[in-house]
Amino acid sequence: MAETVASSASADKQEPREEERQSVVIVFSGDSGDGMQLTGDQFTNTSAILGNDVSTFPDIPAEIRAPAGTIPGLSGYQVNFSSTELYTAGDSPQVLVAMNPAALKANLPDLDSGGTIIVNTDTFNRNGLRKAGYESNPLEGEGLSGYDVHQVPLTTLTRNALEDIEGMSNQEKDKCKNAFALGLVFWMFDRPIDFTMKFYETKFASRPEVVESNSRVLKAGYYYGETAETFQTRINVPSRQAVESGVYKRLTGNEAIVLGLVTAAQKANKPLFYGSYPITPASTILEGLAALKNFDVRTFQAEDEIAAMGSVIGAAFAGTLAATASSGPGIALKSEAINLAVVMELPMLVVNVQRGGPSTGLPTKTEQADLLEVLFGRNGESPIPVLAPATPVECFNMTIEACRIAIRYMTPVFLLSDGYVANNSEPWKIPDPALIEPIEANFRTDPEGYQPYMRDEKTLARPWVVPGTPGMEHRIGGLGKQDVTGNVSYAPEDHEHIIRTRAQKIAGIADYIPELEVTGPEEGDLLVLGWGGTYGAIRAAVEQVQGEGLEVARAHLRHLNPLPRNLGNVLGRYKQILVPELNLGQLAFLLQGHFPVRVIKLNKVQGRPFQIREVADKIREVLR
Amino acid sequence: MSEAVAESKLTRKDFVSDQEVRWCPGCGDYAILAQMQKVLPELGIPRENIVFVSGIGCSSRFPYYMNTYGVHSIHGRAPTIATGIKSANPDLSVWVITGDGDGLSIGGNHLLHSLRRNVDLKILLFNNRIYGLTKGQYSPTSLQGHRTKSTPMGSIDYPLNPISVALSAEATFVARTQDTNTKHLSMVLQRAAEHKGAAFVEIYQNCVVLNPTAWDHTTKADVRDDNIVFLEEGKPLIFGKNLDKGIRMNGTEPEIVSLDGDITEDELVVHQEGRENASYAYMLSRMEYPSMPLPFGVLRSVDKPSYTDMMFDQVEAAVEAKGAGDLNSLFNAGDTWVVD
Repeated sequence: MAETVASSASADKQEPREEERQSVVIVFSGDSGDGMQLTGDQFTNTSAILGNDVSTFPDIPAEIRAPAGTIPGLSGYQVNFSSTELYTAGDSPQVLVAMNPAALKANLPDLDSGGTIIVNTDTFNRNGLRKAGYESNPLEGEGLSGYDVHQVPLTTLTRNALEDIEGMSNQEKDKCKNAFALGLVFWMFDRPIDFTMKFYETKFASRPEVVESNSRVLKAGYYYGETAETFQTRINVPSRQAVESGVYKRLTGNEAIVLGLVTAAQKANKPLFYGSYPITPASTILEGLAALKNFDVRTFQAEDEIAAMGSVIGAAFAGTLAATASSGPGIALKSEAINLAVVMELPMLVVNVQRGGPSTGLPTKTEQADLLEVLFGRNGESPIPVLAPATPVECFNMTIEACRIAIRYMTPVFLLSDGYVANNSEPWKIPDPALIEPIEANFRTDPEGYQPYMRDEKTLARPWVVPGTPGMEHRIGGLGKQDVTGNVSYAPEDHEHIIRTRAQKIAGIADYIPELEVTGPEEGDLLVLGWGGTYGAIRAAVEQVQGEGLEVARAHLRHLNPLPRNLGNVLGRYKQILVPELNLGQLAFLLQGHFPVRVIKLNKVQGRPFQIREVADKIREVLR
Repeated sequence: MSEAVAESKLTRKDFVSDQEVRWCPGCGDYAILAQMQKVLPELGIPRENIVFVSGIGCSSRFPYYMNTYGVHSIHGRAPTIATGIKSANPDLSVWVITGDGDGLSIGGNHLLHSLRRNVDLKILLFNNRIYGLTKGQYSPTSLQGHRTKSTPMGSIDYPLNPISVALSAEATFVARTQDTNTKHLSMVLQRAAEHKGAAFVEIYQNCVVLNPTAWDHTTKADVRDDNIVFLEEGKPLIFGKNLDKGIRMNGTEPEIVSLDGDITEDELVVHQEGRENASYAYMLSRMEYPSMPLPFGVLRSVDKPSYTDMMFDQVEAAVEAKGAGDLNSLFNAGDTWVVD
C-alpha cells in the first residue's frame, strides 16, 4: 500500500537538497515500550556498516515500566555518527525523534538551537500533553520557532500501512511505529533500509507475520520521507577514511568485560568462576557470562553481595580464575570479604561499575566517585591494584590485564568502570584470539620446602597451592600472621613485616605496568590529566583547543594503584595541572597527597558525562 | 565427595596439625575435634581432598587444628567461601564449622541459602547458646530471660531453633548430636559425610566458662534419658531411663505416652528419615525441652541433586549444545562489518 502511495506521489515533489556534514547526533526518545533501543541500534549498525565511526549512549529509566507517556517512563538512545574519529556520544543532539510529548519536553533543552525535531503528532492529544506536564500544545505556540519541526502522524501512518492485514489489532500495529520512524530517519540521512530488513528476517525468523509488518512499515517510513513536502533536505555523513582494516563489531563496556573475562580464563587455562549479585549497572556482566557456560564458565547468583565475594574467594582458593562485579553500594558490602582476599593473597578480579552515589544514589547514571572507596574503603592497611578503562572497548584488554596482574602478584585487583563506559558502545576491531598473550598461571605442586607465605623474590607473590594437591595441606585466614610460614601471629614485628611486605608487593606492580603517555607538548603551561570514562570528552576538548592554537598537553591515567612510575616526573613538567573528574576532586586529592603539586579541579556530579564544551571552556579559562 | 580411596589407610594422627590447640580447658570443642579426627580416616577420602572452612568464633578456630586444607574466614561467611570452593572443585569434601552466633546471627542468610541450594557441604553448627570469643553476650539460641553481660535484666529475644531453621530452608540432611556423647557424635559425623548434598548438624556444645549449665538437661545422668529421644530409622520413638515412654500422634500434635501395657509400640510414631515432605522432621524439631524429649540423631535424609552437580550438568549441556567454547567464533558473533 505504502509503496504505491509513495511512487505516485513522489513525482510531485521537488528533489530534496543534499547537505553534507562531518557528524550528526540523533536522539531517539519514546516510552520504554516503544522500541527505542532497537531503533537506535539499527540506525547505528547501518551507519557503522556504511563506514561511519559511531558512539552511542542509552538513557534507560530506573523504573522497569514507569507510567506510559510520562517523563520518568522515557527510554532514550543517543547516537553520534561521523566521518572522523569519535570520542564521545556527542555533547548535544542535532536531531530529536520524539515519540510523545514527554520525549519532546525532556530532550528539548539539550537540543542544538536550530536542530531538527520529528514528533509523532498522534500523541499530542490532551491526555499525552497532560502526562508530559504541558499546559498547552507546544506544537501550536511560538516555543519551537527556532527549530526545524516536522509534524508526522506516525501512529496513523503506521496503521495505514498495515490496514489490509487482517486479524492484526491496532495495538499490535502500533508496536511497529518505531519502524516508521526508523525508515524516515534512514531516508533523511540517505542510508539504505536493507540491513534492517535483513535483521527483521533473522530476528523474527519464526514469526513471518512480524517480519512482514515491520518491513512494510519501515519502507512506508522511508517512502514518506521521499514523498512528504515537509522534508526538503537530506543530510549525508560520508564514510570515515583511513580506518584500520579488519572485521569490526560494536561493544559496550560491560560486553567487553564479559569477553575479557572469558578470554583471560582461556588464556590462563582455568575455568572461570563468576559470583555476583544483581545490581545496576553491573548486572549485564552476570547475564552475559551466564550465557557462555560452554566456555566452562560457572556463574553463581549469590544471595547477597557478601556471599558473592565469599564465593569468589573460595573459588580462587580452589584454583579457578574468579571474578565478581558490582557497583558502589555493593562494593561497600563486599569490603570486609575483599580484605580477606587481601590477607589470603589470592588472585581475583573485582569490577566496580560506578554509578551516582552516595547510598542508593542514581543507579542508572554515571559518576566517578568511588575512586577513594576502592583505594581506601577497607579497614587496616589494604593495598589493592586499581585499573580504570578509558573507553568501552578498552574494557576488553584491561580486564585481561587486570587478571594477569592478579595472578602474577597473587592479589585481588579492582577494575574501575562506570555507567557511561558500561553502556556506551563503540566499534571494536575484533582481534585474533591466537595473538593474545597467554597468562602464566601455574599452581605449585612441589611440597619440598613449601610454606604458604614464602614469596617470589621478584614479585613478592606467594605460591598458589590449591586443595587436592597432596602433601601441601595448609590453613590460611584473616588473622594476623607471620610472613613465610603463614602461622597466626600477634607479634608486633611479624605484623609490621607482613603489612609492609604486602604494601611493597603492590607498589612493585609499577614496574610491570606501562608508563603514562603524554599527548601534546612535553612541557609547558598546562597538562589536562583525566582517568577512566572521561577520556572521550577530555580528548575531544583538548584537540578542539589545540586546533585554536592553545598549547595544551593531555594524559590519561588507566592505573590508579600503583600510579605509573613516571607520573611525578610528568606532573613536574607543567606549570598547571587540570584534573576533570565526575566527583568532587578525588584524583586531585590523591595527586596532591603523592606529589608536590597544586591541581586545578573541574568537577561535575550530575549523573551525566562531561560535555566536550565544558572541558574546553575550562581549558580556555585556565589559559586566559 | 571423592570416590578415590587413599592408598594407605590414614590414622587419626594424620589429621592432627602442628598447631597448639587453644580452647579453654574442658571446652566441648576438644571432644568434637577428637571425633572428627577419628572419623575422617574411616571415610577413605584422601587428606588433600578435604577442606575445612570456618567463620569467626571459638569453634571457628577448628580448621587450624586439622591437618587438611583450611580457611579461617570472616564472621558468618564460611558457607559462601565453601560454596566457591565446591564450585571450583566438586571432588573436594568441604566442611563448614560454625557456631550459633556465626551461623544463625551474622551468617544466617548464607546458612539458609547454602541449605536451600543443596550445596554439597557438611555444616556443623556448634551450639552453646552464648557468644564465647567476645566473652559472654547472648546469642540467637540463648533462652529468653538469659542474663548475660549484654542482657543484665535477661534476654528479651525469642530464640531460634537451629534444626527447625535448617528444615524450613529445605535442607536435605538434618541431624542433632552432642559433644559429650562421643559414640553418637561419631555416628552422626559419619552419616553427614556420606550424605550427597547439604548436611546440617547441630552439635550441643558446652561452654564451660560462660554458659556451663546450658545443656545440663541433656548431660546429667539422672535426667538426660527423660529429655532425649534417640532417632533410629524404622524404629518407634521410645525414650526414658527404662525405655518406658513413647511418642504418639494426637491429631497433628505429638504427645508422650507411657508404655505401661495399655499402649503398645504399634501406636507410636515410627521414625522415617527419608520422607520427602519435611513436615514430619519439622514436627520432630519442634519437640523442645521441657515439654517433650529432644530428638537426637538424623531427623531428615533425602536425596536431591546437589547444586554443583546441577551446575556442572549445565556446563556439560552447554558444551554439548554449542560445542566447547571457541573465542574466535565468540568474538565474531553478532552484527559485524568489514573495513577493507
